[in-house]
Amino acid sequence: MSIAAPELTTERRPLSAALHEWVVTVDHKKIGVMYVVMAIAFLLVGGLEAVLIRVQLLWPRADFLPPVTFNQFFTLHGTTMVFFVGMPILIGIANYLVPLQVGARDMAFPRLNALGFWVTLFGGLLVYASFFMPGGPPSMGWFAYAPLTEKTFARGPGVDCWALGLIVSGVGTVAAGVNFIATILTMRAPGMKLRQVPFFTWTILGTSIQILVALPPLTAALIMLMLDRHAGAHFFDPQAGGSAYLWQHLFWFFGHPEVYILVLPAFGMISEVIPVFSRKVLFGYEFMALATMAIVFISLGVWAHHMFTVGMSRTLDMWFAGASFLVAIPTGIKMFNWLATLYGGKLVMKSPMLFALGFLSMFLIGGLTGVILACAAVDFQLHDTYFVVGHFHWVLIGGTLFGVFAGIHYWYPKVTGRMLSERLAKWQFWLLFIGFILTFAPMHVAGVLGMPRRIYTYEPDRGWAIWNQLATLGAFIQVPSYLIFAINLVWSLWKGKPAGDDPWDAWTLEWATTSPPPPYNFESNPVVRSRRPLWDLKHPDDPDWKYE
Amino acid sequence: MSEAVAIAVEPRGDPRKIGMIAFLASEGAFFSTLLVGYVVYLGKSIVGPTPREVLSLPLVVGTTACLLASSYTVDRAVRALRTGTGGFARWWAATIALGVAFLAGTAYEWYGLIATHGLTLGTNLFGTTFFTLVGFHAAHVTAGVIMLLTVLRLWRRGHLPRREPVAVTLTAWYWHFVDGVWVVVFTVVYVVGR
Repeated sequence: MSIAAPELTTERRPLSAALHEWVVTVDHKKIGVMYVVMAIAFLLVGGLEAVLIRVQLLWPRADFLPPVTFNQFFTLHGTTMVFFVGMPILIGIANYLVPLQVGARDMAFPRLNALGFWVTLFGGLLVYASFFMPGGPPSMGWFAYAPLTEKTFARGPGVDCWALGLIVSGVGTVAAGVNFIATILTMRAPGMKLRQVPFFTWTILGTSIQILVALPPLTAALIMLMLDRHAGAHFFDPQAGGSAYLWQHLFWFFGHPEVYILVLPAFGMISEVIPVFSRKVLFGYEFMALATMAIVFISLGVWAHHMFTVGMSRTLDMWFAGASFLVAIPTGIKMFNWLATLYGGKLVMKSPMLFALGFLSMFLIGGLTGVILACAAVDFQLHDTYFVVGHFHWVLIGGTLFGVFAGIHYWYPKVTGRMLSERLAKWQFWLLFIGFILTFAPMHVAGVLGMPRRIYTYEPDRGWAIWNQLATLGAFIQVPSYLIFAINLVWSLWKGKPAGDDPWDAWTLEWATTSPPPPYNFESNPVVRSRRPLWDLKHPDDPDWKYE
Repeated sequence: MSEAVAIAVEPRGDPRKIGMIAFLASEGAFFSTLLVGYVVYLGKSIVGPTPREVLSLPLVVGTTACLLASSYTVDRAVRALRTGTGGFARWWAATIALGVAFLAGTAYEWYGLIATHGLTLGTNLFGTTFFTLVGFHAAHVTAGVIMLLTVLRLWRRGHLPRREPVAVTLTAWYWHFVDGVWVVVFTVVYVVGR
């Protein structure tokens, strides 16, 4: 606890000096915090776009937004949430935690790490720079189906901003993946075997493998698109024999692993929170670890379940439906292991646990609607309807976002040395939980009733109005939840209860150092003999390593 | 924590080497995508010229031989450092020369394709996919030559450790990778696809 000095010195210095320190930093903790702050800022922007979309859909034949603006907003909303909220927030949290969890002083390549953050940020700004371009932001949807992106249909520079922004931020993501793999494989504390790393770190290893395989094909496809637009190439130009179908394959070869890139780290966070707040070890670590890697590899072969209605062939339809069912098995294994960890535990219902339980209940439903959609025959009916919109929001909010909130509420005391307000956290949770269900459950119904996604407005006689009104009401219940979250983050920084080193009585290495940790993380190299090194320290009479 | 003695410290890899392997894996995914693009559009061009009409095998066999030989020379350079037998700079410089020869051959080939046959990125799908695939490979060779030159300069000025510096090893790995990609590109574009 003797290492509070850095905090004191920052307060005395002028703002410009503090700012300079953040801009030039290569410390994984500061970079992690910057990633998360960036992601939360984009979350608020992307959320605002979603609210405007929902207002437009509140009444049949509404004209709150012009049609083009509506298209631009759903394009930016999707792009923002996937590339500039989801990935950065997960990479940021991992940046902060992976070196601490494995007992290292920093990431393997600190400067590469800083590069990764800055190009991700500038990639995001580049996409948003399209607001200042003639023609404005792109309006073709986040998966940018060709030939809507070709010069013929998108003359302005909006698509270029979008493509370049994703190429640039993609470089940052690959850099982060390389860095995590090198860190986890080579920089673990003495004694920590690869099968003893904290579970969050393990999922980051899996995510990083997916990043290396899935991101470069997107980069290649975006380069092809730019060559089409500016160098006269014909990759996605049907008039010269090119094919829109190739873009779909290339995009979804990235796009489907991407959803696992977005959810595996959330699995990891849940797997840290549930044991600590159940006062038990994670049930079936080995099976969880194997299931994670099974997801990593199976999910590389499921991408064309986004394309059943394209008319591929029955063989391909069956293959991709089968592979998609298959990936539900390791996910199911995880679900049962989390439940088994909870079973018989002494549950502590603090905010991280609340979000973790929210995750378990909601992700289960999102996963099941995914299995429904993986049936090619059912998908023929539901493809590109609001059922799909409901499904993937259920997974990305119910899964990723609830997991991330569990993680942030769990680790905030470590990062800042202060506790978040439990009262605000509970308000945040219940508003989000209720608002989320109210927003996205009716979308499933609207989808079954035939409402296509991305339509700008609808006729009053379709029976869709009530479901859209419920969804918009839900969105307005969610809004204060996010604001309360942002306020809680800032307010607790000054007014939160001092946290101490280990407020949750947890077992992984990050809780062995001070809160916030010093720049060098640990005074001496920690030595690890089990999956719960801190348990061993606290209970020398009954250490874990005797049983593992 | 005084029980540290009881812990057998497992050997861990060098982070720089693991990082390089991970980076090359991502490069592999990138080139695979370009190759998929090439193969998918093979024979789908609406107008000519076709690969058979314009691609000259003798020239490319020559450039391929340069690149394959350069993998050998770079390996000799690394081994010269490892065994301390000397001759590193000579083998390394030979690698650079072979890399430049490959690029010169590619430039000559492209000049012929563009000036004589009128094949550009915009001519047909063959031009689109060929120039993208071969161009990105050539860009990687160019980057490799710059890396090789940088290492040579650092070495000559004594900025690198004398016994197998990791910069040398990693540059050699990158070079082998670029060479390996070319073997696939050569097979797909000039042998199977022609």
